[in-house]
Amino acid sequence: MRQLRAWLLRFKGLFLKNARERELADELESHLQMHIDDNVRAGMSPAEARRVATMKLGGVDQTKEAYRDRATIPFIESVVQDLRFTLRQLRKNPAFTVTATAMVALGIGASVAIFAFVDAALIKPLPYQNPSRLLFVTETTPEIPRANFSYPDYLDWKKLNRVFDSLDIYTQRGYVVGTSAGTEIVYGARVSDGFFRTLGVSPFLGRDFYPGEDLPEASRTVILSYAAWQKRFGGKKEIIGQPLILNEIPHTIIGVLPENFHFAPVEDGEFWTTIHAAGDCDLRRSCHYLSGVARLKDGVSVEAALADVTRIAKDLEAQYPDSNRNQGATVAPLSEVIVGDVKPILLLLLGGVALLLLIACINVASLLLVRSETRRRELAVRRALGATRMRMIRQFVIEALVIVMVGSTAGLIGSHWAMQILKGLIPTDMIAGMPYLNELGLNSRILMFAGGLAALATALFSITPAFRLSNLDVREGMAEGSKGSGNKVWTRIGSKLVVLELTTAMVLLVGAGLLGKSFYRLLQVSAGFETKNLITMRVRAPVSAYGEDPQALALQRKVMDEVKSVPGVTSVALASTLPLSFNGNTDWIRFVGRAYNGEHNEVNVRGVSSDYFATLQANLLRGRTFADSEDISKPKVVVINQTLAKKYFPGEDPIGQRFGDLDLNAKSIKEIIGVVDDIREGPLDSEIWPAYYYPINQHPDFVYSVVVRTSQAEQSLIPTVADAIRRIDSRINISSQTTMTKRVNDAPTVYLRRSSTWLVGGFATMALLLGVVGLYGVIAYSVSQRTREIGVRVALGAQRSSVYRLILKEAGMLALAGIMIGTGCAILAASLMRKLLFSTPPWDVTTLICVAAVLGASALLASFLPARRAASVDPISALRAE
Amino acid sequence: MSKSEIWQGTLALMTLKTLDTLGPLHGYGIARRIEQTSGDRLSLNYGTLYPALLKLEQEGWIASEWGVSENNRKAKYYKLTRAGRKQLEREAKEWNQTTAIVARFFEPVEDQS
Repeated sequence: MRQLRAWLLRFKGLFLKNARERELADELESHLQMHIDDNVRAGMSPAEARRVATMKLGGVDQTKEAYRDRATIPFIESVVQDLRFTLRQLRKNPAFTVTATAMVALGIGASVAIFAFVDAALIKPLPYQNPSRLLFVTETTPEIPRANFSYPDYLDWKKLNRVFDSLDIYTQRGYVVGTSAGTEIVYGARVSDGFFRTLGVSPFLGRDFYPGEDLPEASRTVILSYAAWQKRFGGKKEIIGQPLILNEIPHTIIGVLPENFHFAPVEDGEFWTTIHAAGDCDLRRSCHYLSGVARLKDGVSVEAALADVTRIAKDLEAQYPDSNRNQGATVAPLSEVIVGDVKPILLLLLGGVALLLLIACINVASLLLVRSETRRRELAVRRALGATRMRMIRQFVIEALVIVMVGSTAGLIGSHWAMQILKGLIPTDMIAGMPYLNELGLNSRILMFAGGLAALATALFSITPAFRLSNLDVREGMAEGSKGSGNKVWTRIGSKLVVLELTTAMVLLVGAGLLGKSFYRLLQVSAGFETKNLITMRVRAPVSAYGEDPQALALQRKVMDEVKSVPGVTSVALASTLPLSFNGNTDWIRFVGRAYNGEHNEVNVRGVSSDYFATLQANLLRGRTFADSEDISKPKVVVINQTLAKKYFPGEDPIGQRFGDLDLNAKSIKEIIGVVDDIREGPLDSEIWPAYYYPINQHPDFVYSVVVRTSQAEQSLIPTVADAIRRIDSRINISSQTTMTKRVNDAPTVYLRRSSTWLVGGFATMALLLGVVGLYGVIAYSVSQRTREIGVRVALGAQRSSVYRLILKEAGMLALAGIMIGTGCAILAASLMRKLLFSTPPWDVTTLICVAAVLGASALLASFLPARRAASVDPISALRAE
Repeated sequence: MSKSEIWQGTLALMTLKTLDTLGPLHGYGIARRIEQTSGDRLSLNYGTLYPALLKLEQEGWIASEWGVSENNRKAKYYKLTRAGRKQLEREAKEWNQTTAIVARFFEPVEDQS
């Protein structure tokens, strides 16, 4: 207690300097006076009396010094002195100060911004109870590594497994809800009753689904997401128990989910209902549309779980050879499924930004080195005046601290903006699938990360000049104009640092180059149709009015007629699923007149209108396309893609051939009437699957996409087209209004590559710039140190060109070393990001050569300036200068 | 004990005792008094007294205020606080115990019967 009080008073003493000093001076003065008085009384002369008194006191200044040490905290006081000195020094050298802090700010800011994304996606735990015990569980097929469950299969797995505490399922779905403006499609999911219990999430308001509430006979209920509750119901608590019409069916609202809940596989899920398995698909073992989430039993490993579900799949395959042939099982940590796509990109960006930070730090360190070189005299003087080694090192540490603190603070502020900008660049469709980014921002983990970086940088920046101290010779340092051996030391370390910088720049440039090339290659991939001037939108008509075939068919024709009459529209088509969406929505087919041994010939199935291929400008290779008149009353016909033709009819003419379902039911038999060049149904970087296209008129539907070819800029026509469709029936819902070009550009495969190309490209550009500046610094310094030598050479008759050669050779060696080492490292680094490359090998020679050329040219340019200065040295003044 | 070597703790104790005996006193007076009491066997470097006084004041054992000396000189007077008096009692007791213990080691050896 007393000690604490004393420390506090001493701390306070740091700030009351003047008053205290004055008081002490007064006190000592009165002390001396009293002593002198006594001495005089004892018979001394006044001068003698003062001398004795002062001596007895032990010196006024020494007393003051000892008193000061006790009145304040000497360590802090000297730190404050050092700090003042540092600030003065930094203010005197603004170019250095600004450059150094800006580099620290850049490095730390960029690192923190990228780390924040990594944190949000990969580090922060998912908002479920004990998320590491949650698994994503589904069936697999040879073509689809993560296929879906069918409902009967799910029920069997749930019953037969021995490894899960619980296994539940979900499937995303859209719900049509009435709004004041008409209808809207809102996303949500159908889940089994225990879904939220498996995740370990309890509603924030109301209740969870009861066990059994997902059965067909249970009444229909819905749980709202927090966002839906706020947005659609104004956050009113009385909403529990109220009715809500979803897809024209009344539901009762029973709960609201917590605010922080998210489940990425169901993008933006607002309404959560139960499965209510009743439809044809729900009951069929071959209709796969569900995904599973399971909680592992305590002590069970992921491998054991996989073995167990594989056993179940095998048993089911034996039991149901028709439907379950080749249906395997797969499990994966849930977090991997949620963030799997962005993980390699984020790690790549983190790696890139780490390299950038490294370069920035090296640059600052070499700036500090140069500075310590020019401060040799100052250091030597301080040393000669008795500064201890520790005190001088402390000075460097304080300097480093000031630079790093200012830099990191600026960097942190900048990173906050950078995060928002980066997040804003993600297309809205994609951000819906990344709900974990909602809470992106500075949190304690990120601040700790920034603090760690700052500490490392401070250590680096204090060690660099302190190292210089070790070979500081006081006498030599103080000698005016002497160029001691120290500068050679610096040139040696400096050149190593520059090689390191150039290597890093090379790695980043190659990375950016390879990504850019992959991106370019990806865009070169033919979609199989003309993507320009195409509008697409999704139409959903009310099932009550258009659920029956005749009405649906009539509406399909009406929609096409109305859209065709819009000025600027050249042709219109309908499709059950748009191209460039996904491989899936498949059928298992069996060919008529061929041996069959139960294999699953899995092919994509798309229902399209008669003008579809013409509208897409796809290339019909053989046969014919459909006529509009080919509807339910006509024999079933299909157009197949080239991949199907090649795979199943090698060297044969497929036209006229027929296939059907696995049992060859008479109703399912279809005749092939045409072959179309492959249209890419999945993403650009995916494989092309066999596919067949059937006339949508033979299976009229009330939900489909409309594809519109325009003769003018398509974007501006979107609202007119949508209005034309709405005029037919105001209850028709239109969603996903966009253009094909936008769909291509915003597709995750394209977007992720484009964004990583730009970001890594940005890092690489900065790295190149910093590396080249670093090289310039070393060469320029070297030239300044060698002015005298060059002067002598010129005086002895050296040609200007040989001076150029001398300097350029020095720079060239450094650049060459950087490029050589960099090439090796770059190939290694590129192998690590192979997943992100597309038809580009990590050792792509053109990229390596181009990058080496760019780096070499930049290095040449950077060394040309100092070389010219060296060549123009005037021998007389160079010799006279020293 | 070498004349100039007085350790801090002892100086503090002597200061407190001096103030206890004489009441409020200035630094010079305290220094002189300590030397007198020691029968001039102790020679203080007067300067060392001031940091010691400051420390005692920071710890709250003594308080200071400006006053006028017997010779009409302005001087800073130190006086014992109540906490200081208690502290003095405690320290005096400890001191007595310590010295008593140490003294026993130097007592003539009793008869070993």
